[in-house]
Amino acid sequence: MAAVVGREEPAERPLVPRERPRSYYGLPIVRRPAWTWEVPLYFFTGGTAGALAAVSILARWNGQHRMGRRARRMALAGAVVSPVLLISDLGRPARFLNMLRVLRPTSPMSLGSWTLAGFGTALGMAEAADLVGLPAAVTGTMEGAAGILGPILANYTAVLLGDTANPIWRGGRHLLPFVFSGSSLAAAGGALSLAGPGEGRVASRRMVLVGTAMEQAAFLAMESQLGPLGEPYRTGRGGRLAQAHRRASWVGALLVLAGGRSPFLQRLGGAIALGSSALLRQAVYRAGFQAADDPGYLVGSQEP
Amino acid sequence: MITGPRQPPVALPLWQAGGTRMGFFTDSSVCIGCKACEVACKEWNGVPDSKPAWSGNSYDNTLRLGADSWRHVAFVERVRQDDAAGVRWLMSSDVCKHCTRAACLEVCPTGAIFRSEFGTVVVQDDVCNGCGYCVVACPFGVIERREDDGRAFKCTLCYDRLKVGEQPACAKACPTASIQFGPVEELREAARSRLEQVRAQPGGEEAHLYGADEADGVGGFGAFFLLLDRPEVYGLPPRPEYRRRDVVTMWGAASVAAWLLVGGLAGALRWRR
Repeated sequence: MAAVVGREEPAERPLVPRERPRSYYGLPIVRRPAWTWEVPLYFFTGGTAGALAAVSILARWNGQHRMGRRARRMALAGAVVSPVLLISDLGRPARFLNMLRVLRPTSPMSLGSWTLAGFGTALGMAEAADLVGLPAAVTGTMEGAAGILGPILANYTAVLLGDTANPIWRGGRHLLPFVFSGSSLAAAGGALSLAGPGEGRVASRRMVLVGTAMEQAAFLAMESQLGPLGEPYRTGRGGRLAQAHRRASWVGALLVLAGGRSPFLQRLGGAIALGSSALLRQAVYRAGFQAADDPGYLVGSQEP
Repeated sequence: MITGPRQPPVALPLWQAGGTRMGFFTDSSVCIGCKACEVACKEWNGVPDSKPAWSGNSYDNTLRLGADSWRHVAFVERVRQDDAAGVRWLMSSDVCKHCTRAACLEVCPTGAIFRSEFGTVVVQDDVCNGCGYCVVACPFGVIERREDDGRAFKCTLCYDRLKVGEQPACAKACPTASIQFGPVEELREAARSRLEQVRAQPGGEEAHLYGADEADGVGGFGAFFLLLDRPEVYGLPPRPEYRRRDVVTMWGAASVAAWLLVGGLAGALRWRR
């Protein structure tokens, strides 16, 4: 039989591959999350609320009471939405109280649930004390408690992801907290910018700029640390989301920077900075799916 | 105590407190791929059926462990590089490893997953609220949330049978003693001598024990294996990691990041016009 030009007719083609396979029929080894859309959205609402609660107490100390109250009310909104999102994600939502059945130091989710519960309670009490007209010290104490729990709330979700078997989350476990921290800082500035002019306009602008810089720097460092393992941040859905996040971050920061001249631009920039922070959590979440689905990432990360 | 890598997980496992740790030794060199273990497990534990579908992956239509598959027989077909004529057909019955340092147990926020008096890792289905954290924490992708039910399920090492002195259903059904049940210490001894035998035979050059050693990433398995090829060939992670190893550095990084967040805020606020 004449051989096709340029191609050699294989003498015998093995039915099964001759090479040693690097996986079992390409099937995943670790599982992709069973979580639904509520979880990455919560990472955003919880993170933003956490940073805003810290703004609230710092602004109070600084004598910027109107800004502090505004930040606290927005944080409270986040603290109300967040548990709803988390409960609706559960496989058995009616059993959500089991989260507070025990406190488990070995489980970032347990620590996070308690943090969120304490955070929401403190903020609610601060608001109630303020409305009823209790002495400012009571409101301040409650705000202070929420202000301490807030930065933990903004960060623990990164530990929660790092403390899994997912190769891309695990690989970035030491830098992801900085990414989330920066993003929460920018989102808090974005929320305050969006809320409009007045006291704290300059401060909120700085928050967006500092937060964006911190988040972008940490993300770059994380990507370079991940190396080839970071591919899901560059391709597929995770890659598209990461790209959209990066662009939105810079656009938001530039608009907020221009907001010195136009309050409208600051509002617009604030909205984009908020959206960008939500996109970041989506990108990290989705990249985890890609990293779990291809066993090559896990095997590669565990080879000597 | 959550510092340091050699600390025991949450509670002191009972086999360390004088109890006997029970487990499996799955010797894949004598597995014939009959799937009796899969069937017996489903029967005894009332595990829901899986949708029948032809995968085309040799004789394996179960594909992987999950909420509805607590035993899974892998079928690996491979032509050996040194022997073009011979096809090597590897079979191995996979199961939950019942890790010494069990990630699912440690991350479970409700305490639904516990260490039994036999040293096994079991989910209490009346406590589990389906948070799904164990699903992403397991280094082997074993535990899974059942879609319609919402809770997480996996092998219990037949906790109910063990309580009445019976052996697990899969081990009982295995016709070739590929699945052996017993005290983990004894099984490890048996596995080591079996490994020597297999290694001496043709085709057994690469044989090794997977998870029989406490130095293995998760402190060794309660259910370990004798494999004839690298773990990833069977769909197993080559070097499963113990995640809590760097729990201190992870929380440390998070604390620094939290302080940076506060510092950034304070800087932005204090620096007044």
